[in-house]
Amino acid sequence: MTLAADLTPREAKPNGAVLPSRGLGDRVSAVFWRHPNVLLVTLLALPLLWLVVVYLGSLAALLLQSFYSIDEFSGMIRREFTLSTYAELLRPANMDIIIRTVSMSAAVTLGAVIIAFPIAYFAARYARGHWKALFYLGVMLPLWSSYLVKVYAWKLILAREGIITWVTDGIGASAVLNGILALPVIGGSSLSTSYIGTWLVFLYVWLPYMILPMQASLERVPQSMLEASADLGASRWQTLRTVIFPLALPGIIAGSIFTFSLTMGDYIIPQIVGSSRRFIGQAVYQLQGTAGNIPLAAAFAVVPIVIMLIYLTIARRKGAFDAL
Amino acid sequence: MRSDNRPPLFLTISAIGGLLFLHLPILLIFLYAFTTDERTYQFPPPGLTTQWFAVAWHRADIWPALYLSLRVAALSTIMALILGTLCAAAMARTRFFGRDQISLLIILPIALPGIITGMSLRSAFSIMDIPFSTWTILMGHATFCIVIVFNNAVARFRRLSGSIVEASLDLGANSFQTFRYVLLPNLGSALLAGGMLAFALSFDEVIVTTFTAGQQSTLPIWMLNELVRPRQRPVTNVVAIVVFLTTFVPILIAYYLTRGGSETAGGGK
Repeated sequence: MTLAADLTPREAKPNGAVLPSRGLGDRVSAVFWRHPNVLLVTLLALPLLWLVVVYLGSLAALLLQSFYSIDEFSGMIRREFTLSTYAELLRPANMDIIIRTVSMSAAVTLGAVIIAFPIAYFAARYARGHWKALFYLGVMLPLWSSYLVKVYAWKLILAREGIITWVTDGIGASAVLNGILALPVIGGSSLSTSYIGTWLVFLYVWLPYMILPMQASLERVPQSMLEASADLGASRWQTLRTVIFPLALPGIIAGSIFTFSLTMGDYIIPQIVGSSRRFIGQAVYQLQGTAGNIPLAAAFAVVPIVIMLIYLTIARRKGAFDAL
Repeated sequence: MRSDNRPPLFLTISAIGGLLFLHLPILLIFLYAFTTDERTYQFPPPGLTTQWFAVAWHRADIWPALYLSLRVAALSTIMALILGTLCAAAMARTRFFGRDQISLLIILPIALPGIITGMSLRSAFSIMDIPFSTWTILMGHATFCIVIVFNNAVARFRRLSGSIVEASLDLGANSFQTFRYVLLPNLGSALLAGGMLAFALSFDEVIVTTFTAGQQSTLPIWMLNELVRPRQRPVTNVVAIVVFLTTFVPILIAYYLTRGGSETAGGGK
């Protein structure tokens, strides 16, 4: 196995090793032992072939498609290089979709930071023993449990005749709910057809992705620094703001990569809970399906890639990858 | 530890509130599976019944979808186990040129939004005129499942002491015998956990699948169609419970299998 490769002491001469030779297995092993790189290549060949051909190949196909265009009359894909498909993205209607999606991603990320912080901080600093396990499972299970089931649960919750309306009626707060729904832009006829609803579901579904890296970075904040901060007379709030938060920032950025990118690429949540105004994901899905405009769908799919690449470059400078 | 180690009340409340926010919504799915109201999502349910489980059992369109989902999940798990373990074995303790690029390549299918993986595959199928089939679904699923197995296996490889491999070689075992009798037993539970998670992920996946399935219907796609155009709403809840449990149980098992390691289960889905 590989381990053999790096266990070879640097100063030893592997070629001088006396290796048994009882058959094919031994002879192959001897080759691996003498040439660790052969073993490495053998191990990596199959998975790399798969990832390069299937995955990178598909990504290349995506890029290629985005430079094709659709023939307006026949509806066929014209396989010639053109930038006209990208130019179509700049139309006001399409720009609206992009701006709407990026704003929603930012709002979801912000909400996730605020809700995730207490959970992550409590789990990192105060939870011990059984509580620690409980918190871990409590974040892990929602993370892994079925995505569609979670979205569906929120459709039940946010429905006009659902539990939220029932609760607000019960405590006499229906005026508050109606007031919120009457707000311009983010309101709607019910929570399940408003941006608030879409935002809540996004927040719910991606929250664990924020908690985990945040908790990991908070766990690495040394206790002694907090003590030093207290010794120097800082209040709890000052310690949080000037010591804990900057040290946790790489984890927060790592989490935001997930929440931002996942929100940007999702098309199911806004389709099930939200107004009829489209997000990038929905545009991609409809264009490749019913509209049959694969080139424009591909160009739309390139947008999140570009935005994420910019985001990742910034995150990398802030040292977020150490917290992943 | 000092008195300072008691959490402020506000923090405790918001932490527990946050956890409840993560868990309570799922319970509603269970409740609504028993409601007598099939047209709306009325809360509280006007009455309770167990008839929907029988109705779901007799719906002819659910069974093929369930079968397809199970088949795809099983096959992509097997592929991910092979490819992911190979990657982990190569990457766990070695340093070589291009290593960072390779680990990026392994993580990419799950780091980029599913719609990009889906749309990429869709573009490739379109360019190469590949018709949709179980295999096109499988190509997507296997690709993003590799990283799950890889994460679990690589964590275990790193925790294994290098000396047991050395001992095995000193005792005259060749690479294959060392793998079979020394590494595999030690990797076993990590691979099982990775396989379980990969299965759960594949069984439940919908975003990539909608791009690679064409007219075929996996269970999540069936659910999605019901969500958009509901027929008998509580039946969807019954299926949701099935999907939930089919993913929940493997995740729980995976957790117990990898407990104790610092890098447990899916350190980043």
